Amino acid sequence: MSITRRDVITQSAKLLILTPAAAAFLDYLRGETTELEPKYKIAEHYWAMTIDIDKCIGCGNCVRACASENDVPDGYFRTWVERYQIDAWPDEHPRVDSPNGGHDGFPQSKAPGAKSFFVPKLCNHCAHSPCVQVCPVGATFETQDGLVLVDKSYCLGCRYCVQACPYGCRYIDPRKQTVDKCSFCYHRISKGLTTACCETCPTSARTIGDLKNPKDPIHEFLRDNSVQVLKPHMATGAKAYYKSLDQSVR
Amino acid sequence: MQPLVHAVEGFMYPNEVELQWSILIVLYPFITGLVAGAFILASLERVFQVEEVKPTYRLALLTALAFLIVAPLPLQLHLGHPERSLEMFLTPHTSSAMAMFGFVYLWYLMAVLVVEIWLDYRKDIVLLAQSSRGPLRWVYRVMTLGSTNISARSLRLDDKTGYIITVIGIPSAFLLHGYVGFIFGSVKANPWWSTPLMPIVFLFSAIVSGIALVMLMYIATTRIRKQRLDMRCLDTISRYLFYAFLTDFSLEMLDLIHRIYEADESFKSLDFMVHTRLYFSHILLQIVLGTLLPLALLAYTQLFRPGEARRKVIYSLAGVLTLIGIFAMRWNVVIGGQLFSKSFLGYTTYKMEFATREGLLPAIALMILPFAILWGLVKLLPPWHEESVQTLGGGHGGLSR
Repeated sequence: MSITRRDVITQSAKLLILTPAAAAFLDYLRGETTELEPKYKIAEHYWAMTIDIDKCIGCGNCVRACASENDVPDGYFRTWVERYQIDAWPDEHPRVDSPNGGHDGFPQSKAPGAKSFFVPKLCNHCAHSPCVQVCPVGATFETQDGLVLVDKSYCLGCRYCVQACPYGCRYIDPRKQTVDKCSFCYHRISKGLTTACCETCPTSARTIGDLKNPKDPIHEFLRDNSVQVLKPHMATGAKAYYKSLDQSVR
Repeated sequence: MQPLVHAVEGFMYPNEVELQWSILIVLYPFITGLVAGAFILASLERVFQVEEVKPTYRLALLTALAFLIVAPLPLQLHLGHPERSLEMFLTPHTSSAMAMFGFVYLWYLMAVLVVEIWLDYRKDIVLLAQSSRGPLRWVYRVMTLGSTNISARSLRLDDKTGYIITVIGIPSAFLLHGYVGFIFGSVKANPWWSTPLMPIVFLFSAIVSGIALVMLMYIATTRIRKQRLDMRCLDTISRYLFYAFLTDFSLEMLDLIHRIYEADESFKSLDFMVHTRLYFSHILLQIVLGTLLPLALLAYTQLFRPGEARRKVIYSLAGVLTLIGIFAMRWNVVIGGQLFSKSFLGYTTYKMEFATREGLLPAIALMILPFAILWGLVKLLPPWHEESVQTLGGGHGGLSR
């Protein structure tokens, strides 16, 4: 039986047209289309977080709430709290600890009388994010509403972004072998709720804010207080704004 | 995760305690460095007419190819999802040095190294296709790519094209390994890595390691073949090794002096790390045993011109120490860059496992594999005339160049 050129062309054309059609149908059957939140308009929001060091009591509620809400594996942290204790000035080596990320609170201080405070940390959702810059496939990306997110179905697990983050907020989820980090509880804030950490903070030390909303209290916070970001010399455009951040904080 | 906590000294961000890049990522720049260095040695003969090193020309190219084939393997073993790695080529994120490097690697493999080897061996491949029997005959026939013309004019064209490819190949080799340096050097979050000198230091240490490797391969293979070592060739190679090493050492000293003088925020923490956790690998292995000692040995041969037997021993020793030193340098960059906290307040430990995906055992296997591949390549494409005459025997004797 001889195969003519016409046969080859018709068979190839059928293959080219039917394969994507079949793939699209399979996708539909598997129900893999993402759910849209119809009431949430991305262009109307620009998220940032404010953290008031004076109010943080190191209770660890935020760490536990985040771990529970976002299924964070043991030993890894989307958010954590550090305790700084500074005995004397000039102190080039402050005493810092973060037992299990502050998940279970903090033990008794061994330096009574030292200047001490708590610093909650999380992903800063940088506007000029170095982690986004280095991702080889663009699995991590900046959204229009100011978040830096990770597409876990695309991440290779190369860990370049973990190396590039100056703040140490990324980790590899050992169960999925992809990178994970704070997502500002996007699944909650896009529904008008607040983040898990802000929800459980007893002193309102942490607050999520929408910079595009003129009525949001974040504007008053930024205007009335002395505000810093972590590692400003890195020019990452960090969007976690700290009030009363001591110069010793790294 | 929990057992590692006790290995932390001082304070580290909680997610920093576990190292991200393992010994496999130490292997990768080591292997690509050997490739770039071997190729540059080969190009010395082709482009710069240093005909003393001609006996090592084909061996250097085959060595480069064997190592370049193995180079992606440590990366694939390391990835969380190696099955997605093709996405780096299909949907690259163009701001990522890692993504763009994939294209540099591909360019270098396909458009430089493979083409150059094919052009240089084409006449031999054609003759081998005619004279061999069995399945090997088909292998050679495929390798000719249909080009069976070996007239004098055709061979001159091969030669000219090969020359052009080598000329393009030299900056390509520079790019191949300079880019790996850039992958580290462009990470502003890490002060141990972030310096514009990084691509240059990586490149020169690559040249040093590649030259040392080819020198050792030449000594070893000549011994195995029970042939006489071409001392003029060896002396020339070691001279180039000496010059390259002096340059590499100067660049690394420049980086060190600069860091000590400027003493920026990271300096105290890094200095402490080098003197404690990296003392063995950095001070002893990289600097003393891996740089100063081979430099002294090579300087001795240059200044005092010892006899042939002594020179052979010194070259072999210098070559081995050099490779150890350059491997230690890769270790100190990759592992060292992850041992200190970005808060500059603490240190962690690298717990290298043995028989896991990223353990010592696969690392050793990956270092042995290129030699196994090289053995196969040498059998398939003999770099030496005597051996090829012996393997063919019979009617079609002389493969002359």
